[in-house]
Amino acid sequence: MNEQVSMKKDEKLPGNERHTKTEGNGHRTSKIRPGMTERIQKLRKLSVEAEHTLSIERAVIETEFYKKNYGKHSIPVLRALTFLEICKRKTLYLGDDELIVGERGPCPKAVPTFPELTCHSVEDFRVLNTREKQRYTINEEDIETYAKEVIPYWEGKTQRERIFNHVPAEWKAAYEAGLFTEFMEQRAPGHTCLDGQIYNKGMLDFKREIAEQIEKLDYLNDPEATDRAEQLQAMDISCDAAIVFAARHADLADELAEKEKNEKRVAELKRIAEVCRWVPANAPRNFREAIQMYWFVHLGTITELNGWDAMNPGHFDQHLAPFYEKGIAKGTLTRGQAKELISCFWVKVNNHPAPPKVGITARESGTYNDFTNINIGGVKTDGSDGVSEVSYIMLEVIEELHILQPGSSAHISSKTPNRFLNAACRVIRQGHGYPSLFNPDVYILEMLRSGKALEDAREGGCSGCIETGAFGKEAYLLTGYLNVPKIFEVTLNNGIDPVTGKVAGIATGDPRDFKNFDELYAAFHKQLNFIIDQKIRVSNYIDKMFAKYAPAPFLSVVIEDCIKKGRDYYNGGPRYNTNYIQCCGLGTVADSLTALKKHVFEDKTFDMNKILVAVSKNFEGEEVMRQTIINRTPFFGNDDDYADSIAKRVYDDLFDAIDGKPNIKENGKFHLNMLSTTCHIYFGKVLGATPNGRLAEKPISDGTSPSQGCDTHGPSAVIKSLTKIDQVKSGGTLLNQRFLPSLLQKDEDITKLASLIRSYFALGGHHIQFNIVDTATLRAAQKTPGDYKDLLVRMAGYSDYFNDMNEDLQEEIISRTENEAF
Amino acid sequence: MPKTGKMVDDSQKYSGIVFDIKRYAINDGPGIRTTIFLKGCPLSCVWCHNPESRSPKVEKMYSVAKCIGCRQCVELCPEEACSLTPEGIVTDKKLCIVCGTCAQNCPAKATEMSGRRENVESIMAVIEKEIIFFDQSGGGVTFSGGEPLMFPNFLIMLLDACGERGIHRTLDTTGFAKTETLLEVAQRVELFLYDLKMMDSTKHKQYTGVNNEMILHNLKVLSESGANIQIRIPLIKDINDDNKNIEETAVFISALAGEKKRVDLLPYHKIANHKHHKLGQEHNSNGMVSPDAERQKQIVAKFEAYGIPAKVN
Repeated sequence: MNEQVSMKKDEKLPGNERHTKTEGNGHRTSKIRPGMTERIQKLRKLSVEAEHTLSIERAVIETEFYKKNYGKHSIPVLRALTFLEICKRKTLYLGDDELIVGERGPCPKAVPTFPELTCHSVEDFRVLNTREKQRYTINEEDIETYAKEVIPYWEGKTQRERIFNHVPAEWKAAYEAGLFTEFMEQRAPGHTCLDGQIYNKGMLDFKREIAEQIEKLDYLNDPEATDRAEQLQAMDISCDAAIVFAARHADLADELAEKEKNEKRVAELKRIAEVCRWVPANAPRNFREAIQMYWFVHLGTITELNGWDAMNPGHFDQHLAPFYEKGIAKGTLTRGQAKELISCFWVKVNNHPAPPKVGITARESGTYNDFTNINIGGVKTDGSDGVSEVSYIMLEVIEELHILQPGSSAHISSKTPNRFLNAACRVIRQGHGYPSLFNPDVYILEMLRSGKALEDAREGGCSGCIETGAFGKEAYLLTGYLNVPKIFEVTLNNGIDPVTGKVAGIATGDPRDFKNFDELYAAFHKQLNFIIDQKIRVSNYIDKMFAKYAPAPFLSVVIEDCIKKGRDYYNGGPRYNTNYIQCCGLGTVADSLTALKKHVFEDKTFDMNKILVAVSKNFEGEEVMRQTIINRTPFFGNDDDYADSIAKRVYDDLFDAIDGKPNIKENGKFHLNMLSTTCHIYFGKVLGATPNGRLAEKPISDGTSPSQGCDTHGPSAVIKSLTKIDQVKSGGTLLNQRFLPSLLQKDEDITKLASLIRSYFALGGHHIQFNIVDTATLRAAQKTPGDYKDLLVRMAGYSDYFNDMNEDLQEEIISRTENEAF
Repeated sequence: MPKTGKMVDDSQKYSGIVFDIKRYAINDGPGIRTTIFLKGCPLSCVWCHNPESRSPKVEKMYSVAKCIGCRQCVELCPEEACSLTPEGIVTDKKLCIVCGTCAQNCPAKATEMSGRRENVESIMAVIEKEIIFFDQSGGGVTFSGGEPLMFPNFLIMLLDACGERGIHRTLDTTGFAKTETLLEVAQRVELFLYDLKMMDSTKHKQYTGVNNEMILHNLKVLSESGANIQIRIPLIKDINDDNKNIEETAVFISALAGEKKRVDLLPYHKIANHKHHKLGQEHNSNGMVSPDAERQKQIVAKFEAYGIPAKVN
C-alpha cells in the first residue's frame, strides 16, 4: 500500500516540490518512510542493521597467491594477477530484492583486510571485536587462521613496516608528539574520483587501448619501455579480472533464477545476468547498466587496494543524465524506476564501511564512513549548468534514505537555479548534516591556479570531505593532517613538546625574550617550515614505496593518461599529480597568536611569562586571566580585522610553506588543504592548554571554522571572516555552521539560508555545511555552555544565543523542539 | 516616563543609545537584515520582550551564571556600590552612578552595560559589512527598539545614510509618536512593522501605560500616505486574544487605506524574565501565556474572514 501511494505521488510531482507540510525539522518528524518502495525499505533495513564484520578471505587468497608466485613476475603483474585471483575466487553475494549487485566482502558490511599494506595483529582483532565504538567482529577461528596463514608471511614485508623502518629521527619525534599524522601508514593513497569515460568505454575498449600502447613501445629509445610494458600488461590483466568478476555474478543470477519460484524475481534475476554479461566488458547502453558499470569499477578499485576514501563516481548525476533522458524519451524507463535504481546504489555504498585501522587506540577510533561523496549539480565541462532531473531524484533519495553512506554534496555555481539550491536546503533542514554545499566557481579557479586545463577543472569537483581534484585525471593524495596549534605550542616551548618533555621541533628562542609580536611570529614561522619539510620529506619516500611495491593497475585503467603514459596511478600515470597536506586548527592558532599580540605586546594586560606559566598549569588558579582572554580578545570569525588578519597571515604562510614543493612525480606538486575531518579531536588530545584560553586536551578548531564558541556575531560575520582568506589558494576549506531546526521553519527561512549560501559563495567561499541541531546537543550545551556560545536559536519575534538564555528558557526551547518533532 | 522628542539636545542629534545590533536577523522584515535596537520606549507593555529597551539610559546588567566571583568589580567600583553575596554581585542602586567601571573590568562579562552611545558613522560601519547579504537576499536594515521614533533626528540621519547606499529600510514601531514625526520618517522607510496591541484604549493604557488613540490615528494617516505596512500583534491569552478585540482589530485594519495589510501574530513567550532579573528588576509575568495552537488558528481564521492575510510568526 505504502509503496503504491508513494510511487503515485512521486510520478505526479516531478522535481522536489514537496510542500513544507510533508517535511519536518529533525529526522523524527519526517513523514516519509525510509525508502520509497518495499524493496528499498527492505534493502535499507538489511544494510542499516547488518553487523560490521571482518572477512579474512581476501587476505587468505592473496597470501596463498603471493607464497606461490612472488618473484615470478614483475610487481605490477603480480598485483594484477593477485587481483584476478581474488575476482575468480571470492565468495559472491547476491541478495534478495537486489537490482544492483556486487559486494567487496562475502556479505553486506563484511570488510576485507589488506595485509600487504598493514597487517592486523591478533591484538588488533581482539580490540576490534570488543571495543565500544566502531566495532568489527571476527570469530576466533578466523583469528587463528590469520595468525597461522597470514601474519607470519607478511611480517617485515608490509608497506607500514617499510615506512616506519626508514623514517628519520626528527620525523619520528614530530610524529610521536602529534605534530602531524601520516595517512599512508594505514591505507593506500586514494581520494580518487572518476570522470565520464567509463560510460563511453568498456573494459574491452580499454584493453584495445592498452594493446595499442604496447604496440607503440619504443625499446630502442625509451629506457622505461620495459617498465611500461609490465605496467600495461598488468592493466590488461586487471581488465580481465573485472570482466570475470561480473561474469561470475551473471552465472550466479542465472543459477538463482533456476531455483526461484516468484516469476517477478526470476525476470529480475535474468535481467541482472544480462546486465552483468554486458558491463563492465562493454560501455553501458542504458541507465541501469550505467549504474552497474560504475559499481563494478568501484568494487574493483576497493578490492585491489584499500585507497583512502574508497572510490567516488564524481558528477554522478551528470553521468547518468543522458541515460535517464534517453530512457524517458524512449519509454523504457520511468522516473520511479530510475529513483529505485539510484536508491539501490545508495544502499550498496552504505554496505561498504571503511576498513579498520591497525594498531588501533581508543583515541583514534574514527568512523565507519568511507567518504564516498556524490557530487550533485555543479557545472558541465562546457561551463553550463549541470543540474538535471537526476539531480533532483538524488536529493529525494538522500532525504528518504538518510543513511550514513554515501555522503553527498550539492554544487552551487552562479549558474545553478534557485530551485535546486532551495531543494538542497530543504534536505539540509531535515538535520542529517547533508548535503554539504560546494562552490564550483571557486574550486574551478583553485584547479586553474594549480595548472589544470579548463575542461578538466570543470569536470572536477570535491571528494572525500572537501578535497578538490580533477575527476578521472588526477591523483590528489591526502598525506596527513598537520597540527598547526601544536607547532605553535612547540614554538612557545622553544622546540620542546611540553606534554612529553621531549624535543619535537627546532629551537626558535625563548618567547620570554621576544620584544614584539613580529619576533614571536617569526619563531612560529620558522618552526612551521621545519615541521612541514619533515612531513614532505617522508611523504615523498612513502609515495615511492607505493609506486614500487603496491601499484594499482586496475585503478590506473580508469584514470586518464595512465594507459597513454604506461605508468601506474601511484607513479605519475595520471594527467595531474597532487599531494595535499591538511592543515588543522587555523582558528585555534590565530586566536592564540591574537591573544598574545593583544594582551602581552599591546595592552600589556599580562606578561609573556605569566601567560606561559598559566598555560603550562592548564590555567589552574588563573580563571581571571582565562576569562579575560576569552572575553576580551577579538577572535577569528567575528568579521574583526584584528584577528582575521592574523588568520590570513597564518593561512598565507602555510600556503607558502607547502604550495609548489615537488612530489616524486613528474610535474607533481604539494598543495595546501584545510581539512580536519575528526582529527581536530585527536590533535586536541595531544595538546596542552593554549593561549586563547582553550584548556588542555580539548579539541582544536575544525577545518577553517572559527574556534568552538568564539564566533559570537552570527553566521554572516563568520562568512565575512572566512572570505578574508583567499580560499582559491587552497585545495579546499571547510566551514561548519550549527543551526537550530526552528531557524529553518518557514519557507522564507529556506530562501534566507539559500541567500546566505549564495553570499558566501559570491565572496569566494569553497564549502559550507550546516548542522541542524537536536535536543541531545542542546542538553550537552546546557552541561558545557562554553563550547556552545555560538548556538543561535529562534525565540519569539527574534533570535538569540542559547547560551544567553536562562535555564527556564532553555527548557522551553528544548520542549518546543521536541514538540516540533511529533 | 520620557516624553517623545523633548529630550534631544545637540549631541544626541548625531548619536543615540543602542542596546544591540543583530546581524543575520531573519525575522524583522524581508531577506537577511541587520537590526539596530535603539534604547528607550514611551510604552511599558507588561509583556515586553526587551525590558532593557525601555529606559533611554545606559543600564547595568548582571548574570550570576557567568560570574566567577573574582571581586574585581567590588574592588574597582569608585562608589563602592558593588558587593559579593552568596547570590552573586549585588549593586546598591542608590550609590551606583552607572559609570561602567565594573563592566569594563569584569573578566567573565557577567556584568555588562546595556546600551552604548553610537553615532551614524559607527552604525553605518557595521551595516556596510552586511551589504552583500542584503543584496543576495533582498534584505536590508531594520530599526527597532524600544521606540526608534523617540529619536527622530538621529533616526532620520541613519535612514538617510542607508538611503544613500540604496539599502532597504524597515521601521519596527509602536506608532506612539507625533504624527508629523512619523510622516517625516515615512518618506525614508520602505516598510513599516507596526504594532497593534489592542483596540480598547482603557485596557491599552492598563497594559502598556499609554492610551491608543494616537497609535490608531497614526496608523490611519500612515496608510493614507501610501506607506507599505505590515501589522504585528502580540498575542497574550486573556489579555488581547478575545473575540471582541480580534474582531475590532480586523474591522479597523480592513478599513485602512491602501492595499490590505498583512498581519503577523506573535504569540507571547516568557523570555523577558531573566532579562528583568539581569537588570535587577522585580518582574511578575502574572501567569501570562500564549493562546494555544488551536486558538491561534482560530484567530488567523478570523482575520482571513475579513480578507486580511494573517500568519503566526
